[in-house]
Amino acid sequence: MSTAAKMATGNVTGKSAWHKYVFTGAVILLCLWVLVPIYLLLVNTFSSPEDVSGFPKSFIPNIDTGSVEFFLNYAGVGQALWSSIKVATVTMILSIMAGAPAGYALSRFEFRGKETFRVLVLMTRAFPLPLLALPLAVMYLRIGLDDTVLGLALVHTMLALPFAVLITFSLFSGIPVELEEAAWTLGCNRFQAFVKVILPLVLPGITASAIFAFVISWNEVFAAAVLTIENRTLPAFLLQGLGNAPLHLKFAGGAVLVLPALLFIFLVRKYLFSMWGIANR
Amino acid sequence: MAEIRINQVAKQFGDTHALHSIDLTIADQEFLVLLGASGCGKTTLLRIVAGLETASAGEVWIGDRRVDHLAPKDRGIAMVFQNYAVFPHLTVFENIAFGLRMAKLPQSEVEKRVNRTASLMHIENLLKRYSGQLSGGQRQRVAVARALATEPEVLLMDEPLSNLDALLRMEMRAELKTVLAESKTTTIYVTHDQVEAMSMADRIAVMNKGHIVQAASAVDVYRNPAAHFVGSFIGNPPMNFLDAKPLGDGWWDVAGTRVKGPVGGQYPALQLGIRPEDIVVHDAPSSAHPDSLSATVRVLEPLGSHLLASCKVDNQMLRVVLDSNASAKPGDQLHWSPVPDRIRWFDPATELALP
Repeated sequence: MSTAAKMATGNVTGKSAWHKYVFTGAVILLCLWVLVPIYLLLVNTFSSPEDVSGFPKSFIPNIDTGSVEFFLNYAGVGQALWSSIKVATVTMILSIMAGAPAGYALSRFEFRGKETFRVLVLMTRAFPLPLLALPLAVMYLRIGLDDTVLGLALVHTMLALPFAVLITFSLFSGIPVELEEAAWTLGCNRFQAFVKVILPLVLPGITASAIFAFVISWNEVFAAAVLTIENRTLPAFLLQGLGNAPLHLKFAGGAVLVLPALLFIFLVRKYLFSMWGIANR
Repeated sequence: MAEIRINQVAKQFGDTHALHSIDLTIADQEFLVLLGASGCGKTTLLRIVAGLETASAGEVWIGDRRVDHLAPKDRGIAMVFQNYAVFPHLTVFENIAFGLRMAKLPQSEVEKRVNRTASLMHIENLLKRYSGQLSGGQRQRVAVARALATEPEVLLMDEPLSNLDALLRMEMRAELKTVLAESKTTTIYVTHDQVEAMSMADRIAVMNKGHIVQAASAVDVYRNPAAHFVGSFIGNPPMNFLDAKPLGDGWWDVAGTRVKGPVGGQYPALQLGIRPEDIVVHDAPSSAHPDSLSATVRVLEPLGSHLLASCKVDNQMLRVVLDSNASAKPGDQLHWSPVPDRIRWFDPATELALP
C-alpha cells in the first residue's frame, strides 16, 4: 500500500520547499510504517530465543536459525502449509476462470447494467466476512463442504474475484480492439482470435492477477479458522497453535507467513497499480 | 470475380442514423474511395462490408454471395486498419503469415507468399523484427502485406495513410496505387483526404451525413459536382457559389451582371458555381467584355505556384486563382468573367446541381 500511495501522489511536484518537505516526510513515514515491523519481524526470527526478549538489539543479529528450524519441525506445520498451498491454488484457478471472462465482457461489450455490475463487483468486498462466516459454516455442514479444500477455496474466491475482474478488465481494455478485428478478418472466429492474439498479450497480466488471488487466499485467516478443522491453512493453524507459544516461535511463524506474500506482491506490483487506474507503463 | 453490391444498407445507433439506405455497386477490380468528413458514416459503411458492424437494414453482396449474415472470416475480405493493428507478439513474418496459417496452407506456400508480398511492400529485410521495432510507415507496409498475402477478393482500407507524415503519405500513395493495380482485388478505401482520394481512385463516392451524395470519377466529381456539398468539399480552395436571380429567357442576374443560364421559370432563384481556376481576369472593363463582373480584393495568399485572391462580390465570397506574378493588391477592383462551359448551376432549395 505504501508504494501505491507514493505513486498516487507521485506527480505532485513541490511548488515550494515546504511542500516538498511535507511530501518527502509523508513518504518516509509511510515507508517506515511498513518497513519497521517487517524489519523487527526478521531480526527476531533470526535471533536466538534469549536475544528476542533482550534490549537493546544489534542492528544486524547473530543469525540463529534455531527458531525457524524448530517452527518448521513443529507438528502440523507442514500439513498446514500444504493445505494453504492447495486452497490458494484452487482459489487462483477459480478466480481467474470466473474473473477473466467477466473482465473481458466488461471491456469489450456494451450491455444493460454494465456500470451497476462494476459497482456490485466491488460491493462484494463491503460485506464483513464474520457476518457471512457462520451462515456459511452451517450451510457447508449441510452440504458436506465443511472442512474441505474446495469449500474454503470458494470463500476465498469470493474475496479474490473482484480484484480478478477489475485487473483483467483493465488488461483487456489496454489491448486495441483493432487487433482482434484484424484477426477476425484474417480467418479467426472470436475464440480463435482470443487465443491467438489476445491471450499471448495479456498472459503476463493474467499471471499477476492469479498470483494476487493466491496471496489473498494465503493471507486470509477468519474464514479459514471458522470453516476448517482438520485441513487448517497456515494462518488458521498459527492463530490456533501459536497463541500460547513463546515469543520467538511467534516471530518465526509470522515471518513464514509474511515473506511469500511480500515476494508475490512485489512481483505483480505494476499490475496492481493498473487496477487502481494508475498507468502501468 | 468480386463485384460488391450494397443494397439499401442503413445503420442506426440508438436514435442517430449513421447511414440512410445506401445503394452502391463496386465493379470487379475497381478501386472505390469513400470520401467524406469525419462522422459522415464512411467508416461505418466499410465496417458493415467487413462484417465488423451489423447493418440495421439492407443487404451486402460480394460476387454472387450474400454476405451480410456471415462472419468476417467467411466473407473473402482482408482489411487494413488506420492504426495498423500489427500483432505485437509476432514477428513481421508471422504477422504476414497469420491469415495463411489460419487457412492451413502448407509451410512452403506460406513462405512463398510471405516472401512475395514482403518484397512487393519492400520489407524483406524486416521479416524477423517485431512491431515495436518498426516505424509507422514500416508498420503500415506490414499491415498491407498481411492483407495482400491472403489474396483476398476484396480489400478494405480504413484511412490507412492518415497516421503517416505528409511526405511518407505521398510516397505510400503512389506505391499503394501500383501494388493494388497489380493485385487485381476489388478495393474500398476510406479517407477524409481529398487529394488521396482523387489521386488513387477509379471512382469516388462522396459521403455526407450518412448519404452518398455522388459516386463518380475524380474528374467528374471535381468538374460536375452533383450537389453544393460536393463542390464545397472537394477542391482546395473549394468551388465559388454566387446567388442568381431570374431575369427571364434564360438570363440570370449575378451580382448585377447578366449571365446566360438555364431556361425555365420553375426556379425562383439559383446559385452559380464556378471553380477558382475557371475564372478569367481582365485588365480593365472594356467593350470586349461587356458582361464582366467586378470584385474587390480582400486577401492575397501567394502560394508559390499561383496567387490566391479572396474577394468580395456583392457581399459574397469569391476566390480566384491568379498568376503568381499578378500585380493585384488588397482593395483593388478585379474584373472577371467565368469560363462559360465551366459554370454549374445549383438549386438552393434542394442544394443539388441542375441536370
